[in-house]
Amino acid sequence: MFQQLAFYSLATLAIVAGLFVISGKNPISCAIALVVTLGSVAGLFVLLDAHFIATIQILVYAGAIMVLFVFVIMLLNLHPDEMGPPQISPLKMVGCALAGAGSILLMLKFVKVGGQFPAVPPEYGTIEAVSIKLFTDYLIPFEVISILLTTAVVGAVVVGKRDL
Amino acid sequence: MDYIDVLILLIKAVFVLAFLLQLLPLLIWGERKGAAYIQDRPGPNRADIFGIRLAGMVHTLTDVVKLLFKEDLTPKQVYQPFYKLAPMISMTVALITFIVVPFADDLVIAGKTIPLQMAQLNSGMLYVLAIGSLGVYGIMLAGWSSNNKYALIGGIRASAQMVSYEIPMSLAVAVMFLYFGSAQLDVIVRGQGANPLGWGFFSIPGFIAFIMFATASFAETNRLPFDLPEGESELVAGYHVEYSAVKFAMFFMAEYVNMIVAAGIIVTLFFGGYQIPFLSTTTLTSHAPLITKVAFLGGAAGMAALVVVAIRKYRPGHFGDSRDLEPLVVAGLLVGGALASVGLALIPDYTNPTMASIAGALLQFSIFTAKVLFFCWVFIWVRWTLPRFRYDQLMRLGWNYMLPIGFVNLFIAGVHVVLFPNGILNRLGLL
Repeated sequence: MFQQLAFYSLATLAIVAGLFVISGKNPISCAIALVVTLGSVAGLFVLLDAHFIATIQILVYAGAIMVLFVFVIMLLNLHPDEMGPPQISPLKMVGCALAGAGSILLMLKFVKVGGQFPAVPPEYGTIEAVSIKLFTDYLIPFEVISILLTTAVVGAVVVGKRDL
Repeated sequence: MDYIDVLILLIKAVFVLAFLLQLLPLLIWGERKGAAYIQDRPGPNRADIFGIRLAGMVHTLTDVVKLLFKEDLTPKQVYQPFYKLAPMISMTVALITFIVVPFADDLVIAGKTIPLQMAQLNSGMLYVLAIGSLGVYGIMLAGWSSNNKYALIGGIRASAQMVSYEIPMSLAVAVMFLYFGSAQLDVIVRGQGANPLGWGFFSIPGFIAFIMFATASFAETNRLPFDLPEGESELVAGYHVEYSAVKFAMFFMAEYVNMIVAAGIIVTLFFGGYQIPFLSTTTLTSHAPLITKVAFLGGAAGMAALVVVAIRKYRPGHFGDSRDLEPLVVAGLLVGGALASVGLALIPDYTNPTMASIAGALLQFSIFTAKVLFFCWVFIWVRWTLPRFRYDQLMRLGWNYMLPIGFVNLFIAGVHVVLFPNGILNRLGLL
């Protein structure tokens, strides 16, 4: 009962804030709405017993990445009237259509398998459980992602300092 | 969940809030008096209620009254929604961080174990870091929505500073995760034990982590020497320049609550939390009658000594008004406290396990509070001793020095934990 209530309110909040991110006029308000969306998704993770993922979601996305977003927007200090009218290109339309189709497919799949999941073990979602999975079963994807991030850092340094 | 569990949870929630909010006026008083003594002046000593001044503590009350009843001015140029939201974010975030900090060891009442910690989260310390990283939104939004160049610069500085110092902070915390094998704060405190040599502070990587964590806390709480977001010589008042009355008070309170939280986390991670040196919880409960008698009678003796000091200060006719009677009133209050202490030492039966547990928890809680107050005092002390950093120095310290030191320190701690998995002496980091 409480879980359902929490789920529906968090999900509604996430969707409404997400819609505001793409429809809002003021860049800072959009960024803050994105923070709200990320926070509600963290709440959904808590409902799924994935506490560690929820904390990391807040720590990394809401607390670090979005702070940098807002920081850059504040540095540029853009006003809504400086940005020009919104542009709609055919490519964007195709992207929207694909994303919509993908989410409908996912939803159909979830409806089919819903209620068939086993109950989670008590240690599920703790730091220990997630780390063991990450460093045994998913070690190679983990290392590949860290190489990708290193590439991004090197790229940022190269762009920032043209004459090293 | 039982109704009684919900009730216990509610009591603990109220207790955490009350603990933080009750320490606030004390800290503001400490800040004023500390600043005054460091600058060789008497500090606030005028405000009184019927002659009672309590060494300037009543001054804080007058401040509260002023901030509550001042006109709440909203400048025309501000962006209203965020301008109103920003102080609330700052205050809320500051208050909810403390829920994972344990105040004392588990309380056992009639066979029921009650952890004296609002939330036993598995990712305890990560929760603190996560919520702490949200606190910057309050300052950033205040700076941006004020629509004022000084405020905007303050907000931008705050965000850059907090993002930079979160990384060394996390690296310092990770050292403690390695040593105690958990991010849960009660597990960390229990792992440190009652022997001070086992505390996080007493090892070489732990010591470096403590220095880094303390420095990063100064930056995260925007206190001097890192108070660039509100550097008044350059930015007037920085991010809160357009705020007045209660909204300003909320930023002001958030700063002090953040200070208490930072001190609480430092104590919990590096100085054994609620652990009383050389008295573990089992010793406390098994020798409860003796220990409680010594503690309460000692407290009574201390208060009796203060009574003598207060009475010696009594000089009739010095001021010529009700202020002359203040030492006598204080002495009377102290006599009452001493009598209550003697009563607590003699009347309850501490052989009863429930009473023993409660007394032990009380003693541990007082030690925890004393440690927290000491580190709050360190914050005040540093603020009035060191000058402000320049902005480029701040960034260089964070990225060029603390980040590499943090990585090397974490690596050394990892090697150390792998080579010497347990033992107090091994934790010294010398072997």
